[in-house]
Amino acid sequence: MIELSAIRKAFNQGRENEFWALDGIDLHIEAQKVTALRGPSGSGKTTLLTLVGCLARPTEGRVRLAGEDISGLPERFLTEIRRRRFGFVFQQFNLIKGLSALDNIILPAYPTGQPRKQLLERAEELLARLKLGHRRAAKVEWLSGGEQQRVAICRALINDPELLIADEPTANLDSHLAREFMAILEALAGDGRSILLSSHDPLVTGSEVVDRLVEMRDGRIVDDR
Amino acid sequence: MKLWLARQRYLIDFTLASLARRKTRNLGLLFVYTVLVFMLASVTLYSHALRQEAARVLANSPEVIVQRMVAGRHDLIPPGYIEKIGRIRGVQTREARLWGYYYDAVTKANYTFMVPAQGAPAGGEIIVGPALERSRGLAKNNGISFRSYSGKLHTFVVADVLPQASELVSADLVLMSEESFRAFFDYPAGHYTDIALSVANPLEVRNVALKLAAALPDARPILREEVLRTYASIFDWREGIVLALLSAAILAFGILAWDKASGLSAEEKREIGILKAIGWETGDVISMKFWEGLLVSLTAFLLGFVAAYAHVFHFAASLFGPVLKGWAVLYPRFQLTPQIDGLQVATLFFFTVVPYAAAVLVPIWKAAITDPDSVMRG
Repeated sequence: MIELSAIRKAFNQGRENEFWALDGIDLHIEAQKVTALRGPSGSGKTTLLTLVGCLARPTEGRVRLAGEDISGLPERFLTEIRRRRFGFVFQQFNLIKGLSALDNIILPAYPTGQPRKQLLERAEELLARLKLGHRRAAKVEWLSGGEQQRVAICRALINDPELLIADEPTANLDSHLAREFMAILEALAGDGRSILLSSHDPLVTGSEVVDRLVEMRDGRIVDDR
Repeated sequence: MKLWLARQRYLIDFTLASLARRKTRNLGLLFVYTVLVFMLASVTLYSHALRQEAARVLANSPEVIVQRMVAGRHDLIPPGYIEKIGRIRGVQTREARLWGYYYDAVTKANYTFMVPAQGAPAGGEIIVGPALERSRGLAKNNGISFRSYSGKLHTFVVADVLPQASELVSADLVLMSEESFRAFFDYPAGHYTDIALSVANPLEVRNVALKLAAALPDARPILREEVLRTYASIFDWREGIVLALLSAAILAFGILAWDKASGLSAEEKREIGILKAIGWETGDVISMKFWEGLLVSLTAFLLGFVAAYAHVFHFAASLFGPVLKGWAVLYPRFQLTPQIDGLQVATLFFFTVVPYAAAVLVPIWKAAITDPDSVMRG
């Protein structure tokens, strides 16, 4: 599905504080599988997720999506790919305060110009699936951490993406909520959706839901099983 | 096109929701903006209406007025002077006029005494303007006495009061018969104040004036178009003074708008990052902010303009009227005819809406082109 070859990513390139976050990554992310990136803080997990999710471009190397090289595409095309093919669940959830759960969920679909009725139907389906229907009109800042994360998952799924990308999804959840998240993940994987996540939570990385565990350190892959 | 429209509708929906989320700040901005448009629109609408009113009133005045000058001062027209004008091609009628000023110590105001060309009241009777009616409490058939400059007391009966419609120019007017006028001012027989000429063809007016200047070297022809120009420049000057005074308010608003525009809060920047990360293009973010700027400025413009219209045409511009109308003891009370000049509205729109929309867009563009991966590191 996604192939990364000889990927390097530098920050502050050419300056005194130049830093290489990724240093020679070769990785093939398979479709319909749950892949987890594990590693300590600063190992390059999040940077790798931003490159896979077209949020940033590599400094060196190639990113291929379904065989097509997308690493050199202009921002507009990367945005289009990001919107259609990827859904994101951020560590801090990154919901828009002051808007209701429902309004937050349909936000990624605004640029597609789909009919509102269709959008709302899909959002309601997702809310019902994640047992959040009764909170649809609540402003997101009134929701609990677990509810906020479920809204973030609904938002990530509104455009029906092929790949769900989650960055440290259980970092802000207690064990009970983390288990709930894993149950949702399992259900999504059961639908045949591809999932890529980063975590150093044993509850996630040790879960049976995870098909493949990629170990990272200092911007390199040190283990892949 | 349909897709584009649907996108814009979503962006406007989101913009409205965003505006509602920062209610206090946006309402404050809208209020200040509306007040600014209100002030600017009031001044321009009122000045424009006054200029139009003056032009409307002067439309019926004679094309040329001839005054006799002695030592550079306006003097009486002596007997036989009108005949000297002789026959000038293009002049339809010649009319010697009688009028003068009278200071009334009771109201501490000046009146204009005049003998009308037609419909003069009978001897001992006068027709008064509406302001005089108010200030002296006069009504039809009341008697009123004026002490003339020679010290004699003259009593008149009010035969009629002039209609309000003409109040801008007739507020302080007193119309009387020729014999009453001459008796009151001790005006010598056969002398007149000035001569009014009517010229049918407007293109001929300047030629007539040149011929007059040649035939009567001691006379001064005053053209109607010059009077109109003088009025226009007086109102322009007054409008300029008020706008200069308002410039402080305009500057304050400019600073406020710039501050709002350039000082994007950390929360707004974060939101832009989130929107980009979840699939909004830079263009979508800029369009959304463009709609925000347009909605705020357009609403302020409409509210301010409608309020200014009501202020000027229904409440007689009570805030700026005294400065723009000019000074007088007997203020005329008049209702201006509602006038809206398309060019004026467009100018006002251009100078209030466009700078705001532009001021908002530049920093937004800078924020909108930031990399979307920043939210992953938040």
